[in-house]
Amino acid sequence: MKMRRYAVLLGLLLIVGVVLSACGSGGSSEQGGSDNSFETAMVTDTGGIDDKSFNQSAWEGLTQFGGDNGLKEDAGYSYLQSNSASDYVTNLNRLVQSNTDLIFGIGFKLAEDIGTVADQHKDTHFAIVDSVVDKENVASIVFEEQQGSFLAGVAAAMKSESGKIGFVGGEESELIKKFEAGYVAGAKSVNKDIEVDVQYAGSFGAPDKGKLIASNMYNSGVDVIYHSAGGTGNGVFAQAKDLKNNNPEGNYWVIGVDRDQYEEGQIGDNNVTLTSMLKAVDVAVADVAKQSKDGEFPGGEIVSYGLKDDGINIAETNKDAYTEDIKAAVNEWKQKLVNGDVTAPSTDAELKEYQDSL
Amino acid sequence: MLDILYSLIPQTLFFAAPLIFTALGGVYSERSGVINIGLEGLMVIGAFAAVTFNLLYADALGAMTPWISLLVAMVASAVFSLLLAIPAITFRADQTVTGVAINMLALGFGVFMIKQIFNKGQTEFISEPIYTKDVPGLVDIPVIGDMFFNNMYITSYIAIALSFVAWYVLFKTPFGLRIRAVGEHPMAADTNGIKVYTTRYIAVIISGALAGIGGGVFAMTISLNFSVSTIAGQGFMAIAAVIFGKWNPLGAMGAALFFGFAQSLSVVGSSIPLLENVPQVYLLIAPYVLTILALAGFIGRSVAPKASGVPYIKGSR
Repeated sequence: MKMRRYAVLLGLLLIVGVVLSACGSGGSSEQGGSDNSFETAMVTDTGGIDDKSFNQSAWEGLTQFGGDNGLKEDAGYSYLQSNSASDYVTNLNRLVQSNTDLIFGIGFKLAEDIGTVADQHKDTHFAIVDSVVDKENVASIVFEEQQGSFLAGVAAAMKSESGKIGFVGGEESELIKKFEAGYVAGAKSVNKDIEVDVQYAGSFGAPDKGKLIASNMYNSGVDVIYHSAGGTGNGVFAQAKDLKNNNPEGNYWVIGVDRDQYEEGQIGDNNVTLTSMLKAVDVAVADVAKQSKDGEFPGGEIVSYGLKDDGINIAETNKDAYTEDIKAAVNEWKQKLVNGDVTAPSTDAELKEYQDSL
Repeated sequence: MLDILYSLIPQTLFFAAPLIFTALGGVYSERSGVINIGLEGLMVIGAFAAVTFNLLYADALGAMTPWISLLVAMVASAVFSLLLAIPAITFRADQTVTGVAINMLALGFGVFMIKQIFNKGQTEFISEPIYTKDVPGLVDIPVIGDMFFNNMYITSYIAIALSFVAWYVLFKTPFGLRIRAVGEHPMAADTNGIKVYTTRYIAVIISGALAGIGGGVFAMTISLNFSVSTIAGQGFMAIAAVIFGKWNPLGAMGAALFFGFAQSLSVVGSSIPLLENVPQVYLLIAPYVLTILALAGFIGRSVAPKASGVPYIKGSR
């Protein structure tokens, strides 16, 4: 009796399994899509498409591109969210299998996995943002963050009354070094004797550490902090806002990164966000998608966006803090950078050379 | 030297406050015989509830918002902790596995709800966070005033005061004795007429409430928003503090303060004359090295409550 009951259960289970798997395959064969239309998609890193940072910006770019070309979400352009680093390869492969023509990997953390998947699927086009992958079917989109950071440094040095400014980085890496070197060079160009306190939190997701560092910097007399630290930067904002709340007249400024962080700095009628270094990932993503659609995919190339093509810029939203003086100085240096009179350093060695030349 | 203390002590206190609350919760749960690996998840729920409530009701409640948000966080986490209590106590499930499940569920639930409520993957910054304040009167005391009462979060004081209350309740009241009894020898407690299941339920709910406050304090003083990475490891640090503090509320508080001190030392270190030439990477790993050294050498044997992790089955020997 007992045996028979188990047999019935097993049978039922099998039926359910068959029915469900039939549903599954039915769905995916429809999703395959036709080959004559252009399909593009992006894989986010762990930030997700509303991370208020480059994932969001990239998605805005892709949406923009879709709108311009009459594509619809999920039928022309789409995204897959990665919840952990182990999702990258899975997500990339899923997109390859659904015949996506161009796949964006957002963020340098995907570089290695894009390389692997690109080797396995030579017919699919890939693009990596913020890193370089040297493969025939991969376009590498990089930004000249050192230029924007240079201008952030100019603004910081103009704003600082104490002669001490700070930089908070996430993880120490080649990429974040570009921010640091540019920033220091910009500040020193305005004020040769300015002191720049550079600290790394060791993580992009540790607001508590960011707050500790900011608290320590403001205590030691720093009045402008430029952060390039993702979620860790939230702690910098938290500390600046707290100090500003207790002392509305005090000088506690934050320079945002990647997108305009004006909103994050709002506290009552004051705002601690002096300016932000803007990185137009959306412009770059839309641009590369368009090139690819037109059959001019820049495979194997490094596509660089800087001040010249509005890939990099500096925010002017905080009208009270970002005074005309600062604006004038920033624009003057911006012109020099665009003309090539000055080259913003992007490594420690270049920075040293630049400082010696001042 | 004094300058360094002026920045070290307030930083230690704000860093440690969320850990203290959560660790106190851990002490209660484990003392009653239920291992609470789910502290991280309970903190997530606390942070989620506090931030969501704060964003939705800041306009209506004004300056009171953060405090009511904390209450909401406390209640939400206490309710959520039932998801640990019911399987672990009534159904005698493996407590470690249940705790891990709580951690995964809480994060998924939080992010999913944010998506439903705000249609975003992470929230905006809250407009009514908890701000630091000077303590009137005490701040004027020379030296000590600047060190302990200048620009401080009131939550840090509450955390420390609560540690003493928690210690008193656990070691000086009949209720505390019952909690310890069911954690050490539930059968003996049962034969003496103590309701083992009820006591354990209460202890787990207390731990949920305290971890919820911990998460809420973290969100409203440090991160100011809620996202998938807001609570990243603080719950596990609290568990470490429980063990480090030998399952004693005051010990757990001391351990949490020690973690805060080590973290803030790693940041301030670069401006201390003696340490300024040490490469930054050594300062960054210092908190973890100090913790290992402290655990390995200085505190002696740390023994868990005897019945911790063992489900109680009535009538079994």
